Amino acid sequence: PPGAAPAMNCRAEVLEVSVEGRQVEEAMLAVLHTVLLHRSTGKFHYKKEGTYSIGTVGTQDVDCDFIDFAYVRVSSEELDRALRKAVGEFKDALRGSGSDGMGQISLEFYQKKKSRWPFSDECIPWELWTIKVNVVNLANEQERQICREKVGEKLCEKIINIVEVMNRHEYLPKMPTQSEVDNVFDTSLKDVQPYLYKISYQITDSLGTSVTTTMRRLIKDTLAL
Amino acid sequence: AMDTDLSSQDRKDLDKFIKFFALKTVQVIVQARLGEKICTRSSSSPTGSDWFNLAIKDIPEVTHEAKKALAGQLPAVGRSMCVEISLKTSEGDSMELEIWCLEMNEKCDKEIKVSYTVYNRLSLLLKSLLAITRVTPAYRLSRKQGHEYVILYRIYFGEVQLSGLGEGFQTVRVGTVGTPVGTITLSCAYRINLAFMSTRQFERTPPIMGIIIDHFVDRPYPSSSPMHPCNYRAGEDNGAVYPSVEDSQEVCTTSFSTSPPSQCVFTVTKAHFQTPPPVVTDTLKVPVMGLAFSHQLSSSRLSYQPAALGVGSADMGYPVLFAGGLNAAHPHQLIGPGKEGGVPPVPSQPAHGTQADQERMCTPLDGVHYSAATPSSSEDTETVSNSSEGKCGSPHDLLETIFVRKVGAFVNKPINQVTMANLDIPFAMFAPKNVELEDNDPMVNPPASPETESPLQGSLHSEGSSGSSTGNTHDDFVMVDFKPAFSKDDILPMDLGTFYREFQNPPQLSSLSIDIGAQSMAEDLDSLPEKLAVHEKNVKEFDAFVETLQ
Repeated sequence: PPGAAPAMNCRAEVLEVSVEGRQVEEAMLAVLHTVLLHRSTGKFHYKKEGTYSIGTVGTQDVDCDFIDFAYVRVSSEELDRALRKAVGEFKDALRGSGSDGMGQISLEFYQKKKSRWPFSDECIPWELWTIKVNVVNLANEQERQICREKVGEKLCEKIINIVEVMNRHEYLPKMPTQSEVDNVFDTSLKDVQPYLYKISYQITDSLGTSVTTTMRRLIKDTLAL
Repeated sequence: AMDTDLSSQDRKDLDKFIKFFALKTVQVIVQARLGEKICTRSSSSPTGSDWFNLAIKDIPEVTHEAKKALAGQLPAVGRSMCVEISLKTSEGDSMELEIWCLEMNEKCDKEIKVSYTVYNRLSLLLKSLLAITRVTPAYRLSRKQGHEYVILYRIYFGEVQLSGLGEGFQTVRVGTVGTPVGTITLSCAYRINLAFMSTRQFERTPPIMGIIIDHFVDRPYPSSSPMHPCNYRAGEDNGAVYPSVEDSQEVCTTSFSTSPPSQCVFTVTKAHFQTPPPVVTDTLKVPVMGLAFSHQLSSSRLSYQPAALGVGSADMGYPVLFAGGLNAAHPHQLIGPGKEGGVPPVPSQPAHGTQADQERMCTPLDGVHYSAATPSSSEDTETVSNSSEGKCGSPHDLLETIFVRKVGAFVNKPINQVTMANLDIPFAMFAPKNVELEDNDPMVNPPASPETESPLQGSLHSEGSSGSSTGNTHDDFVMVDFKPAFSKDDILPMDLGTFYREFQNPPQLSSLSIDIGAQSMAEDLDSLPEKLAVHEKNVKEFDAFVETLQ
């Protein structure tokens, strides 16, 4: 269920970025794709006697348009589409009214645990990535240019952080038998097989404070100096 | 490390995994520095040949170089495999950017399952390598290469040497994988002192020194647009297989069709550089560069030998854009690799250095991505190919293999003006300067400026000012008489040069001269008490004013 606390054994990683509005999508995709690159395998093909072979994962470079940055993603159009859809919704929500430009998007990897009727299957998360986003507004072209570079550098740091976590070789679900594979992996894509994942997001609500109130407060604060 | 617990099958598997991991590591690193976007396809059915379940292409001579460096050994304690990435400018300066190290330490993990866990973790490590190779500074540099610099790689095996990275280099760890025989670690040490090598630097126009302005060729394209790496077009490969490097005698006779425009072409020759320079046609937007390298690999550090000296043995950085097989004996042009599927072979051709041939090689052919090696004669390995029948008919000088470019930034010097070639200095071949030429170069030895009569001249050069610069205005600075852009002024009928000379020595400001200064200071001090008295009288007004501010 959304908002549920992660179970024990679920490791949680949090990344924070400050970006301009038009950079939100690319920054999110860069992080999500980098995580999924490490959390996707080739398609499994089960053979007799419980053995299986694994398909091949291709990769491709992606250049960002609004950030001086490039990243590698898994070559899977289906996966890319799924991520773009989620990130697009997140971006729209960030832009929407009631938002002060702060929000977070989460990528959770989980395992399904089948329960007997009448209980529904449990989803047990084992890894949770949260990206906190702060949208900034820039005044002029020069600031935007600096932002392009700075955000690019920040994303490089994030990639290094992600790789550090991946390298810890901590808990990963056991490789499943054929009957269990759908409890561990998302087998719906035709070319790659990511671990079961879900993406959710939250927008930090500014609780209705209107713009004029904020402006008045700002002016008073300045004059009080 | 005791490996009695490891079955022999496991040991064999482990060694194989480590060997192929090392080869794939090199491929990923080198491909990430080619300057273009890499794209490989996922395949749901296992192909059986994709190590670690990843689609990583194998550029044959990169594999060849890696195998040569490893010489049948595997990374072990104290024996690391290193891939050095460096940058070389068109003027011959080179700089190490990164050292990627694949090392082994003694920490063993006996419990781990070789065929399963180790294999999967190696796969994960390669994915991390794919990601990390895009975030070090050299990635962005390599994406912009081709214009004024190229990126080179060199593989060596043995002790890691980081001294060429400059002070304060940083390290990033890609990852580790424990095995029963030791822990594999992969990391990158990279230079951060790239200040003078920022990419902005390479977007400016090249220095004027030593280049005569009127030798510039008309540029068909505006110089302001930076080079962009081109994207792969999803094309059809012929499915042909690139001949293995062992068949090296045949390799050099194959020629390929061209690369996408943004890739550089290198001419690799053994000694005499009689290959004609590759020529850029109108369709090619990038400079075509010829570089000469000695081919002999040894395990010594990179040392540069000027080719004029007949080329000693040294291992040289190989331009990362090589695609064709590298055969020490024969010169060939190599262009960046294309898509998966390998390079289609091209029918062997007799050596022709003609312009027509090279233009043909440089124009894109449909559907084919790899570009060609120069067909070279198959005759004896010591002499250079006959392809010198090219443009000029006479043996080309060393400098002909330097960055020759029709689009204009670098001068295409006629052969007989070259004098630096025989100098026994490092990087001589890349020196664009030419001794003879400098004497005639007005930028270096400007002509004496003419005497000018100007009505303003007399009043500006006041004799009375102390401290003004003495003497003849013409001595300090000789202005070349040229017509700079936008220098014409309708108000004053003089050009920039004259203007500068006229107003070069204005008289001193009077307030700066000592006597006047001293005088006014004394006056100020005297008047102080008076001023204070006035202020005190008005103190109430001042206070009221301050009140209003609060």
